[in-house]
Parts: sequence; structure tokens; C-alpha cells
Amino acid sequence: MNLDFAQLVPSIPYILYGIWVTLQFVAVSLVLGFLWGTVLSLFKIGKITVLRWFADAYTSVFRGTPLILQMLLIYYAVPQLTGIDIGAFSAGVLTFALNSAAYISEIIRAGINAVDKGQKEAAMALGVPYRTMMLKIILPQAFKNILPALMNEFITLTKESAIVSVIGALDIMRRAQIVGASNYRFFEPLLLAGLVYYLLVMMLTLAGRVMERRLAKSD
Amino acid sequence: MIDVQSLKKSFGSNQVLKGISTSIKKGEVIAVIGPSGSGKSTFLRCLNLLETHDEGSILLEGKDINEMELHLRKKIGMVFQHFNLFPHLTVLENVTFAPQQVLKISKSEAEKEALDLLKTVGLSDKANSYPSNLSGGQKQRVAIARALAMKPEVMLFDEPTSALDPEMVKEVLQVMKNLVKLGMTMIIVTHEMGFAKEVADRVLFMDDGKLVEDQEPAIFFENPKTDRAKAFLEKVL
Ligand SMILES: Nc1ncnc2c1ncn2[C@@H]1O[C@H](COP(=O)(O)OP(=O)(O)O)[C@@H](O)[C@H]1O
Ligand SMILES: [Mg+2]
Repeated sequence: MNLDFAQLVPSIPYILYGIWVTLQFVAVSLVLGFLWGTVLSLFKIGKITVLRWFADAYTSVFRGTPLILQMLLIYYAVPQLTGIDIGAFSAGVLTFALNSAAYISEIIRAGINAVDKGQKEAAMALGVPYRTMMLKIILPQAFKNILPALMNEFITLTKESAIVSVIGALDIMRRAQIVGASNYRFFEPLLLAGLVYYLLVMMLTLAGRVMERRLAKSD
Repeated sequence: MIDVQSLKKSFGSNQVLKGISTSIKKGEVIAVIGPSGSGKSTFLRCLNLLETHDEGSILLEGKDINEMELHLRKKIGMVFQHFNLFPHLTVLENVTFAPQQVLKISKSEAEKEALDLLKTVGLSDKANSYPSNLSGGQKQRVAIARALAMKPEVMLFDEPTSALDPEMVKEVLQVMKNLVKLGMTMIIVTHEMGFAKEVADRVLFMDDGKLVEDQEPAIFFENPKTDRAKAFLEKVL
């Protein structure tokens, strides 16, 4: 065992800056994934067969293939087909948004189904149109139910985001590898990266618990 | 006002309504009674299109309700056994929601009317509470105010007091009696026989998907014609 953290010290700010990149990446992916996931979940519970079929097939494909494969397809194949080079960060965001939308749509669908049937009936009996009913009555209640599950998805995404390093996006992981390569010492920077991911996940877990407790209080 | 002709409804192979015919005049108060599973709720739900019937027809003021949809629901209010208040909205918001969203009434106007309605159901002080902070009786009174806020011409009640603790039944029935006095047309599925006897103009007795008796309460409760009604009354009275 010969660990030498002294050599790592000058590179620490460089690696830590990756936190910002990773968080930005995860946040944008999650917001886009959430919006698209909501749309997909509405397709799934809706009456239009084609849309229902599409959303189910979509979910099945994105859950049934490796994330890294999806990302490489988007990063390498999209430019090959269209001639547009979208860059590592955007390709990563796009992949993660499309992928997490599949998971989130399942979460939201379950949340919508968990809302008491009587809510829909009461809204219908009052003559409230479908769209208004979904937006103002059903979804707000569904989202409250699914917040813990969404928080989990956030955490998963944060950890999984490390694979964007493969296509060269400068996240925590990639930066640790770069520092490792330039110092010929990988253990120390990777250990630091691991610590940073762990602390991020713990912070998100804690934030989730606080939020849950707040919500429980308002009931 | 409402004409029901040979109404039939099945869930899969289970025929729940086996040809119901009756008509209800404006201002009439109808009590619907009968054993559990006899199709009372389904009948009520067909009247405001929460269920679509298979055969027969329902006319509201001469018009087929299948062609009315949203327009119909504005005319028919419904109160459910389990209240179905919107838990994420305050009492006031529960009452103003549909007038604002459906009738496009301004917020201030809707609130003014809602506060009047809350006053008539005795809940002015609860306007800013959430449903979870109300007792069952209070919830049901809010639900009645919420339905009334749409200014319906008919009110349907599906066992409005069945989910309530005994001590809260009275306050809800009192609110309903006040509605009767105002001349509201009401169809009430209920197990409160005393209440039915007191306020109903007619009693519809349903059994096994059929309308077995359609009678004035004085006659129905004293002298039921059919054995099935007799057996039912013996059990519940
Ligand atoms: N949505 C439904 N799907 C299938 N069966 C139903 C449904 N609603 C009611 N039923 C059946 O219809 C019958 C009558 O139910 P209901 O109208 O609720 O009776 P009641 O209100 O008189 O107790 C019951 O056998 C019930 O199981
Ligand atoms: Mg019933």
C-alpha cells in the first residue's frame, strides 16, 4: 500500500468542479425526463390505442436495453445519420431524459392509478372536462404519492450519470480518470470521486426524507 | 322532467338493471330503497352518465341524455357515499372549483356564492380548512354545497349518510330537508327509512335490477304490495 494524496491535492478543485457538471446534467435530464414521462403516462392511461401502444413499447425498449448502448447510439449514430454533432453533454442529457422518462412514466402511472376512483367520478359529475380534471385534480394528488419514488429515480440517475464519462463529458468521473492518467495514479482520484458520489447520494436521500416528512405533515 | 324507459345495463354477463321505467317530475323527491346489490347505485350513475346504459332511454326534459354529456352534468348534481372531496383543495376551493372551471364564473363571484352556500350548510367557519380536518358530517355537507354550486336542477344522492357515524347523520339529513323545502328535485338512495317516509313524494323499491314498487311512502311503508318489499321492510325496520 502506498497511497499518495499529496500529489492529488492540486487536482482536487478540478475534480470537484465535476460536481457542478454532474448535478447540472442530472437536473436537466430529470426535468426533461419528468415532462416526457408525464406525457407518456397520460398516453398509457388514455383511451387512444395507438398512443397507449406506443408508450408501452417505448417503455419496454428503454427498460430492456443497456443504458450505455442507448447513449452510444445517440452519441455516435445520430451524427452518422443526420450529420448533426450534438456533443457529449447534450447526447448524455438526451439519453438520460429519454431513458428516465420510461421509468418515470411507470411511476406516474402507478401514482395516477393510486388516486381514489371517487376523485375522477366527483370531477366528472361536476362536468369538469378531462384535461382540467387530469391537470388540477388527479395529477396533483398523484405527484404527492410518487415523490419518494421520484427521489429514488433522482438518486439512481446521479449514480448512473457516471457513464457519460465514456463519451467524454467532463463530469466527476471523467475528471477523476483524467487526473489519474496524468499522474499515473488512479487509486486516489477514483477514491475521491467515489466519496463525492456517495456524499451527493446521501444528501439527496436526506433531502428526500425531509420532503416526505413535510408532506406527511400537510395531510 | 326525467323519463326513464326500459333501462338496461350489464357489467359483462351480469345484468344489473333489467328494464327500469319511471318518470320524475320537477320538484319531486324520490327515495330509492332496496337490498344491497339490487342496482340502486348503477341506476343513479346511469342518470348522470357515470355509467352508459345498454338499452332503453333516459330523457331529460325530452332530450336524450346520451347527446348531452357535459351539458347534462351541469344540470344534475351528485353526492356520493364517500364524499369524494378534493383533498388537496380547501373547502372553499372545493366549492368554487367547478363553477370557475366549468361555468367560467370569475373567482370573486364564485367565492361569494360559495360562502353563501357554506353558510346554508352551516360551515362558514370552515372555508379555509382542508377536508382532512373535517368530520364525516362536515365533509358531506361540503360535498352538498359543492354540488349545489353548479346550480343543478336535479340532485342525486347515493347513500349520503351510510359512511357517517350515527351522531352525524342528522346534520346531513337536516341540510337535505332544507333542500326539499326549497323545491329541489331530488333522487335519494337511502337506508334511512324514517327520512324517506318523511320527505319523499314517492318511494322506488328496487330488487335484483327491477323496479318492484313505485309508491307513495305512506302506502309503501304501511302496506307494501309485494312479498319482496315486505321481507325487506321487515329486515330494516
Ligand atoms: N363497475 C362495475 N363493474 C362490475 N360490476 C359492477 C360494477 N358496479 C356495480 N356492479 C355490480 O352491479 C350490481 C349492482 O350494484 P349497485 O348498483 O352498486 O347496487 P346497490 O347500489 O343497490 O348496492 C352488483 O352485483 C355489483 O357487483
Ligand atoms: Mg350502492
